[in-house]
Amino acid sequence: MLRLVLIGLLAGLFSALFGVGGGIVVVPLLLLVAHYAERPAMATSLAAVLVISVAGAATYAFHGEVKPGAAAIVGIPAMAGAVAGTTLQQRLANRTLSLAFAALLTALGVRLLV
Amino acid sequence: MWAILAAALLGAGAGVLAGLFGVGGGILFVPTLTLVLGLSQLHAEATSLLAILPTAGIGAWRQQRYGNVRWRSALILGIAAIAGVEAGVQIAEQLPQDVLRRLFGVLMLIVAAQVAFRTLRKPAYPSES
Repeated sequence: MLRLVLIGLLAGLFSALFGVGGGIVVVPLLLLVAHYAERPAMATSLAAVLVISVAGAATYAFHGEVKPGAAAIVGIPAMAGAVAGTTLQQRLANRTLSLAFAALLTALGVRLLV
Repeated sequence: MWAILAAALLGAGAGVLAGLFGVGGGILFVPTLTLVLGLSQLHAEATSLLAILPTAGIGAWRQQRYGNVRWRSALILGIAAIAGVEAGVQIAEQLPQDVLRRLFGVLMLIVAAQVAFRTLRKPAYPSES
């Protein structure tokens, strides 16, 4: 419980500081600190991201900075993509998932550095 | 027209990343909204959150059906993260942005190495252990 609160706090802190989503912080911490297996870590992170985005989108919408048309252009295809992604995830080995996620983190790290 | 098509394709890609890795998809949404659809950074970040909402929603619903979601943990993580964002906003205003970015970039690389190392150290098949 305390571990989860700390992971959540860190995820929120990092996303405000660096403009990355909470998931990119939550997933590795669930894997490395809370010792979740790959699928529960990634699934639980996605559910946490849902909670965060509800609060975030509501706050921004209140300030009038959300462009609903643009959100629909990327968001509707993304819903189909998310179905494909979760389906694919069930078919991949934990090992493959972990290594692919490490590759994603590496790409993000490099992008932030250069 | 091409911009909309490109944005839609990148959006689908963001959704795949979201479903596959449990991230929101903002990694791709934000650059797509700024570079392809020409939104400002602030509008892009706000709009990205709105796009993440149904993406994470449908992804979490699917994962729920696969039995992978721990909702209580997700709720604790989410609520704590919202508090963390508030703290982060305060700190961000007082520190130089480019230093923060570089620090975070290095941190990402360290975490990537940790995740990869932990995975490679484990035997490929559990029955071998």
